[in-house]
Amino acid sequence: MGHATITLKQRAGADDEKKVVLVRELSLWQKLWNNTFLRKTAIIIILAIAWEIYGRVLDNSLLFPTLSDTIRSFFDSIGTGVLLDRAWTSIRVLLLGYIIGIVVAAVITILAISTRIGTDFLEVMTAMFNPLPAIALLPLALLWFGLGTTSIVFVLLHSVVWVVALNTQGGFLAVSHTLRMVGRNYELTGLRYVSKILIPAAFPSILTGLKIAWAFAWRTLIAAELVFGVASGKGGLGWYIFENRNLLNIPAVFAGLLTVIIIGLLVENFVFRLIEKKTVRRWGMQS
Amino acid sequence: MSHLLEVDSVTLRYKTPDSIITATDRVSFNVGSSDRFVLLGPSGCGKSTLLKAVGGYLIPEEGEIRIKGKPVRRPGADRMMVFQEFDQLLPWKTVLENVMFPLLVARKMPRKQAEERARAYVDKVHLGPFADSYTHTLSGGMKQRVAIARGMSMEPDILLMDEPFAALDALTRRQMQDELLQLWEDTRFTVMFVTHSIAEAIRVGNRILLLSPHPGEVKAEVSGVEAVSHEDGSAAALEQEIHDMLFSESNGGHA
Repeated sequence: MGHATITLKQRAGADDEKKVVLVRELSLWQKLWNNTFLRKTAIIIILAIAWEIYGRVLDNSLLFPTLSDTIRSFFDSIGTGVLLDRAWTSIRVLLLGYIIGIVVAAVITILAISTRIGTDFLEVMTAMFNPLPAIALLPLALLWFGLGTTSIVFVLLHSVVWVVALNTQGGFLAVSHTLRMVGRNYELTGLRYVSKILIPAAFPSILTGLKIAWAFAWRTLIAAELVFGVASGKGGLGWYIFENRNLLNIPAVFAGLLTVIIIGLLVENFVFRLIEKKTVRRWGMQS
Repeated sequence: MSHLLEVDSVTLRYKTPDSIITATDRVSFNVGSSDRFVLLGPSGCGKSTLLKAVGGYLIPEEGEIRIKGKPVRRPGADRMMVFQEFDQLLPWKTVLENVMFPLLVARKMPRKQAEERARAYVDKVHLGPFADSYTHTLSGGMKQRVAIARGMSMEPDILLMDEPFAALDALTRRQMQDELLQLWEDTRFTVMFVTHSIAEAIRVGNRILLLSPHPGEVKAEVSGVEAVSHEDGSAAALEQEIHDMLFSESNGGHA
């Protein structure tokens, strides 16, 4: 029989030799540059400087006020409470439409996954309504529900329901066969199966749907307020922008736009980012 | 006397978009308590389909599958499945929560009791330090250990394992086979194990059912597998014998 030879090669107790560097720290500058937040902040600062310079060179606050004018107007409006009040009016209507929209979407999706005709219904409805901008329904909504919150909530529903339902259903369909079998192994059926297996497994898609719906709804809301402004005596941010343009108070128009951007960014980068961090990122379902 | 699991001339068919395929044709066998029963055969012999039928995911067209004398009609927690795929774990739960999950939802065990039992089984598969980790941070072998702990903690009538180590690297695979045997020594659970590796079948099982493909039929049954050993070469001899038997079948029809 043949015989193999084993020769040990590991250097035993070679203290005098140079230690191999296993981990080397990056320099401070490299670390800062790797921080996405810092890089983006730098871009914002550069844009802000460019705005200020352009505004000063142009020197026409009716067309393009400087950043400092805008910020002054922004804080003035906050000081008088007008801006916050308007923003709060907008957010309240938005939340109302968003939450009702999610509930409606949940009902539609559950119907869609439990029956074949339900699936067809969802697919036909999304195919029809997805290409239709929600704001295009506003004239009809005004006719049906009159000037008021109901009309706005109606168009918001339209911008939330289809995208949430479509993403949720897509997420459900993508749940792996193995996980479905695991759920059935544990004798889960009906709503327990949906809530304990399908929803968490499809959560990345559901969250995407919620994010897109939020963005759609926010844009739709501001546009709707611009079109018909005051609902039940209290206007939102869109109305604030429209009103100040009529008064030729352009820095305030810019301040209104800035508020729209800031609220959008806050929700996107703090609320949704936080949910992602606590859920899909933590679970390794999204990198 | 009646066996724990009786598979009684079972014919299984499944549909593909353009045809109906016969996976097994009148297959019969019995599994007794504390058996390590291995279904062995080349791909297409219907061994996984058979295991899924025992799991209740597939209803036999002919014949009957009975567990403790009662016919199997749907999936149930008395037969816990361990799959090959790593995504059988719930990524939104930690290791411990994954093991607790069936205890809570299928056994309706109080939380505290479920946690105690889950922790005991997580320790049994040497994952104690990882109890609070999410599953995406684990290696393939560790994921399969969680799945095994989850199956065992339910203390089911039978543990159904569908090529659980097939996606692991060779070294990990050997280690997992040894660990499975060690767990069996501790609790003597009943397990039905599907594999296409002859060596794995001999290492893991005490009884091996050989299946031939297209359609799946019982070719032979090997019992007393635990008597062979790797030291005196009897395991290698058995492996060769089984190999020849499966090989002659696949050539037989055409040569």
